[in-house]
Amino acid sequence: MISNETRARFDALVAKYPERRSALIPILHAVQAEAGYLSPEAIAWVAAYLDLSAADVMSVASFYDMLNLEPVGRHMLYVCHNLSCTLLGGERLIRHLEARLGIRCGETTPDGQVTLRRMECLGACGAAPVLQLDGVFHEQMTAERADALLERLRSESA
Amino acid sequence: MAYERILTRYQEIPGYTGTMDAYLAHGGYQALAKALQGMQPAEVTEAVKRSGLRGRGGAGFPCGVKWGFIPKNAGKPVYLVCNGDESEPGTFKDRMLIEDEPHQVLEGIILACYAIGCRRAFFYVRGEFGRGAERAQRAIDDAYARGYLGRNILGSDFDLDVVLHRGAGAYICGEETGLLESLEGKRGQPRPKPPFPAVAGLYRCPTVVNNVETLSNLPHIILRGAEWYAAIGPAKSTGPRLFSVSGHVNRPGNYELPMSITLRELIFEQAGGIRGNRRLKAVIPGGSSSPVLTEQHLDVTMDFESLAAAGSMGGSGAVIVMDDRTCMVHVGEIVSRFYHHESCGQCTQCREGTAWLHKVLHRIEHGKGRQEDLDLLLDLCDNMKGKTICVLSDAAAMPIESYLKHFREEFEQHVRERACPFGGAEAF
Ligand SMILES: Cc1cc2nc3c(=O)[nH]c(=O)nc-3n(C[C@H](O)[C@H](O)[C@H](O)COP(=O)(O)O)c2cc1C
Ligand code: SF4
Ligand code: FES
Repeated sequence: MISNETRARFDALVAKYPERRSALIPILHAVQAEAGYLSPEAIAWVAAYLDLSAADVMSVASFYDMLNLEPVGRHMLYVCHNLSCTLLGGERLIRHLEARLGIRCGETTPDGQVTLRRMECLGACGAAPVLQLDGVFHEQMTAERADALLERLRSESA
Repeated sequence: MAYERILTRYQEIPGYTGTMDAYLAHGGYQALAKALQGMQPAEVTEAVKRSGLRGRGGAGFPCGVKWGFIPKNAGKPVYLVCNGDESEPGTFKDRMLIEDEPHQVLEGIILACYAIGCRRAFFYVRGEFGRGAERAQRAIDDAYARGYLGRNILGSDFDLDVVLHRGAGAYICGEETGLLESLEGKRGQPRPKPPFPAVAGLYRCPTVVNNVETLSNLPHIILRGAEWYAAIGPAKSTGPRLFSVSGHVNRPGNYELPMSITLRELIFEQAGGIRGNRRLKAVIPGGSSSPVLTEQHLDVTMDFESLAAAGSMGGSGAVIVMDDRTCMVHVGEIVSRFYHHESCGQCTQCREGTAWLHKVLHRIEHGKGRQEDLDLLLDLCDNMKGKTICVLSDAAAMPIESYLKHFREEFEQHVRERACPFGGAEAF
């Protein structure tokens, strides 16, 4: 499952820190970037690699919102629901996206393309309302701009 | 207000890109050369003390004084951690500094490390800031290539490595000991203090944690002098501050100003006033943990002391502006939902308190509140303050108390009318 090349990359991450365990979150990020989520097998592999128990790694991974312990869609759509975004239509944007995608926040579209998730303040409140698609910020969102974004996703994956 | 920008001066340079070459072409790394070639580490610390620089991460603690707590000759490595976790709701200035002027942060990190004797520093960047992390890593790589990091920096005997570390989504990792736990590969649960990080921080070694904006000030203090810096703004809140203004204003954005600016000038002159010519109702002046202010407070100056005297705090410099259509019960529901979600769960008062605050505010907002709920909220807040491992619990309680203090009638109206007079969440 884990190639020699990936292993070498992890060795380089570990070497940056005085204590091996510090590389845990960077490694989980790297695994997730490839597989989309952290499967039980991946958790077990990382645990063995860092001399930790799988339960320990699981407990760390479950603490962080960005680490997925369940399979997710090809694309991650984060929408901010904190105060500054809500003041400028963030909830309307969320309702629009839910209707458009036919799912509720926290769910994945049946075709496995998009997982929609509510997020706390994303640090872009000056350009509210804000969403992040696969880690990229899209600011001052309107229903029309959100539709255009989803349309682009669909045409890219077609 | 006529004011010469410092931290965001780069925005006035046409076509500026924030790369190594651009930074060097505009005076970058000259402060580092000045320090390494002509100042002892203790002189750098002295200059920072004299400048009066206070932390921009939230607590406003004097930076040079914090450095002074690092024991001399502790026989252990000393660490510096740059806190780029920026997640206090309303705050978006560190992301800008990291993305647009990463070398200014990095030069600040290097200067701080020289002063406190650190040989390996960590730059913790919030997980959601993917572009910021890329920009910061690029800056670090370029600094190594040009001899500003690594062995014998600029021909001196000073060596330094800087490691970029990405978080993974947890507000509590902005709290400095939660951040250290996270950096050690653990759940980001804050540690009981003492011991403070200066004594036993990262890997139980002496550690300084400083905010991105705090560190970005250092090159200017070293290059232009502590006295020049100390003359900017009020005597106890010196230097420039980045105010992140959001909400119902015409021109939201980051504004770099001295802390002698009034709240009125910031909202009505800088940020262009309230959208749609509506009336101002409420302002959160220092991030969502800070108590709310109203029209009567508009002449307060934005320094740490004056905001405290007005019953709030400077916090992270995030100014959230709300117009007269905003329902303060709904605001309370959103703010308490956030703290409930972000409580790390170690302390009963915080774990249970944030859950109850959210539950009670939710039912009042949705027309199911009872008159007793108002006192219940105040009781809960009272129990949450001053008793926990970190101050997230206080940060969750203080704003709610302030909404009740300034807008009690609005809460009572929700209870009386069994509905939100502002039309509920659907109105947003
Ligand atoms: C719940 C909580 C969250 C915090 N979040 C941040 C943050 O996102 N960024 C930050 O710089 N400081 C944050 N702080 C403050 C840090 O604990 C610490 O005081 C700061 O990083 C020190 O740097 P400074 O002295 O340069 O301000 C937070 C504090 C608390 C209690
Ligand atoms: S106060 Fe809350 S966030 Fe802070 S340590 Fe206790 S439970 Fe965790
Ligand atoms: S409140 Fe949405 S980005 Fe800050």
